[in-house]
Amino acid sequence: MTTVARHKTARKRSEPADTRAAGRPGGRYGGRPPGEPRAIGWLYVLPALLVYGGFLLWPLIRGAQFSLYDWDGLGTAEWAGLSNYTSTWTDPALRGAFGHLLVLIVFYSVFPCCIAFVLVGAMSRTKIRGLVFFRTVLFLPQVIAMVAVAVAWRWVYSEDGPINTVLGWLHSAGLPDWRHGWLGDFTFALPAVGLVGTWVGIGLALVLFLAGVQKIPRELYEAARIDGAGAVREFLTVTLPALRRELAVALTLTTIMAIRNFDLIYMATEGGPGDATKVPAYEVYNRTFNTGEVGLGCAIGVTLAVLAFAVTAGIGRLVEGKDA
Amino acid sequence: MPALMRRGAVATAAALVTALAAACAPGGSSDKPADKAPAAVSTDVAGAGNVTLTVWDQEVQGGMKEQIETLNKRFEAKYPNVKINRVSRSFSDLQKTLRLALSGGNPPDVVEANQGYAAMAQFVKAGMLLPLDSYDQVYGWKKRFPKGLMDLNSVTDDGKLIGSGKLYGVSLNGEIVGLYYNKEKLAKLGIQPPKTWAEFEQALATAKNKGEVPVAFGNVEKLPAMQLYGLLQDGLTDKESVRKLVFGSGGSWSDGPNVQAAQRLSDWAKKGYLTKNANSIKWDDTPVNFAKGDGVFMFGGTWWAPDLNDRMKEKVGFMLPPASQAGAPVATMGGESLPWSITAKTKHPDVAAAYINFITSPEAMDVAVETGSLPVLPAPSKQPSAPLMKEVLTAWTELSKNDGTTPYIDYATPTFTDAFGGPLQELVAGKKSAEAVMKAAQDDYTAFQKKK
Repeated sequence: MTTVARHKTARKRSEPADTRAAGRPGGRYGGRPPGEPRAIGWLYVLPALLVYGGFLLWPLIRGAQFSLYDWDGLGTAEWAGLSNYTSTWTDPALRGAFGHLLVLIVFYSVFPCCIAFVLVGAMSRTKIRGLVFFRTVLFLPQVIAMVAVAVAWRWVYSEDGPINTVLGWLHSAGLPDWRHGWLGDFTFALPAVGLVGTWVGIGLALVLFLAGVQKIPRELYEAARIDGAGAVREFLTVTLPALRRELAVALTLTTIMAIRNFDLIYMATEGGPGDATKVPAYEVYNRTFNTGEVGLGCAIGVTLAVLAFAVTAGIGRLVEGKDA
Repeated sequence: MPALMRRGAVATAAALVTALAAACAPGGSSDKPADKAPAAVSTDVAGAGNVTLTVWDQEVQGGMKEQIETLNKRFEAKYPNVKINRVSRSFSDLQKTLRLALSGGNPPDVVEANQGYAAMAQFVKAGMLLPLDSYDQVYGWKKRFPKGLMDLNSVTDDGKLIGSGKLYGVSLNGEIVGLYYNKEKLAKLGIQPPKTWAEFEQALATAKNKGEVPVAFGNVEKLPAMQLYGLLQDGLTDKESVRKLVFGSGGSWSDGPNVQAAQRLSDWAKKGYLTKNANSIKWDDTPVNFAKGDGVFMFGGTWWAPDLNDRMKEKVGFMLPPASQAGAPVATMGGESLPWSITAKTKHPDVAAAYINFITSPEAMDVAVETGSLPVLPAPSKQPSAPLMKEVLTAWTELSKNDGTTPYIDYATPTFTDAFGGPLQELVAGKKSAEAVMKAAQDDYTAFQKKK
């Protein structure tokens, strides 16, 4: 697949290069049409290719191989065929983990994009003072390491953290007691973790959309307003279509963030309480290092990788209407 | 030049396929390391030449860290030709990295490998630890240590049975899970330290009525509930059946007393005897909360004692868990700290064995007392000075006399923390019945017994 893609770009580039090459001394290209990349190109990419191959392709292939074995990580492995992949779906804990992933994708990807759209819609209509400041503040969660984010939010959600403190005030003001041990509660732990993802994702989506909005010609908005469009109409006919590419990028990045969401879960809940916040990425680690089911861990990892590819391709098609 | 590209791609693919074929099934052969003949064992450390011994331990907390550092220094002073390269990690970090380290080509020489089917038994099965029986004949560990403690560190070659087979490690400190209580609060509530479970439940009710948190409890990690369950189980059934059950030689988790234990835990949670929202409180925060006064009682290991002694001074007391009837012998979980084992691939097994012998010698037991730890064997010449440490020692001595230790429950299967600890969290949250929880435990247990 990669070869095909590279081949395509190489062709495209070759057209303008033809005219440039015409003035140069002949014979340099040998039997090769001018503009085609030369074999020496491989030498240039070799260092990067070695690193890529050694630290990405090779582990990927070995991982795929391990996933076909029943192995505790220590002794001799036994051939298991595809049984590890079947248990990915038959093990209720793992099936649950994939279910939680779907919920988290909504929190990590759909919510941030929707919220960012509202913010951008508002910003495109009015001039806001201190835009740079707000942009920086909203983007900040993206810059902080996820582990630090998790530690901070664990405190926010904790027994005597700010959320429970405020709810405690409300309670003493006569409202029902809404305080919970958020991250240890079977009902609320997953949404609580999801909201952290939303918080992290908004900044990214917003910055992408703001950049996109700036390239929309003002005239389009003026035309829409002259035609009597309100805020919603204006957003649907002008802003949204112009931001399709940015939306694709934002959705792809945030969805992948949700799929490989390990650090937040590991630091905030360790998959608990019970299995309530277990996600596949956490289970890859848990099965490999804690319970000694290396084959199963690898099978989950491979499944996740395939899923990530499929989702990315799917989003590209859906939002851009063609092969991304 | 598409042809070249295609050729490149084909070559890459071919190279990958070849490499894959060359890389055979994961995991090495599981040849067992040969047990050295006792005659071939050398105790001559000074004559071993310059040796660097790499030691991985988990003693990162105050007193224990000091204990190991002191012992290492003394060993190096005794044998100047030996240098100890100490690598210390917290318990959970060590558990995760040890597997990788042991399966690698160049493992450390001495490691602290946890007991149980999740760790030591698997390492033994894979042939990664050196049996210590011939060293034992030279150093006489089995003569110094009670049989029960040596059994905890013994496994059969196939890793299927803990408690028999060869010896794979020696432990340094003793540890038990017991009952901490806040003396000040007990006095205020007018309660005596409870001797029986009936008295204890009464005390909990009194504490609850007076607006106190009866039992400080934090259960994010799932293990705390398993320990609490284990204590209740020890109170409802006899120690032999618990030992058999955990080590896989009889009994079922869904047996009557085992379900009753879960039911009692569930009742406590429903009556509000445990810290509210316990599933969202970290284990390490439990003693901190208890020291702050959020809790009249707390079940916990002796490994918390040095820290609690610093925080609470004479306000805290320690005792064995209550007995089923007044005067009846008590059983509780515990035994000994993580055993020190020698890896099969070490180049210096003799020096490693001499090191293990040194850090478990009577002299080392004195060092343990000095640094505030609980030595596994009585220290020959030192006595603890802090009142809490004295109570810990009294409890330990009494338990050793009755042979009252039962194994930790997470030894039972490699997946037990999730398979039983997870449902226990649901039990504490009131989402699952005692029967359902014990059935989940039994299902995981049966699956593991079958696979073993």
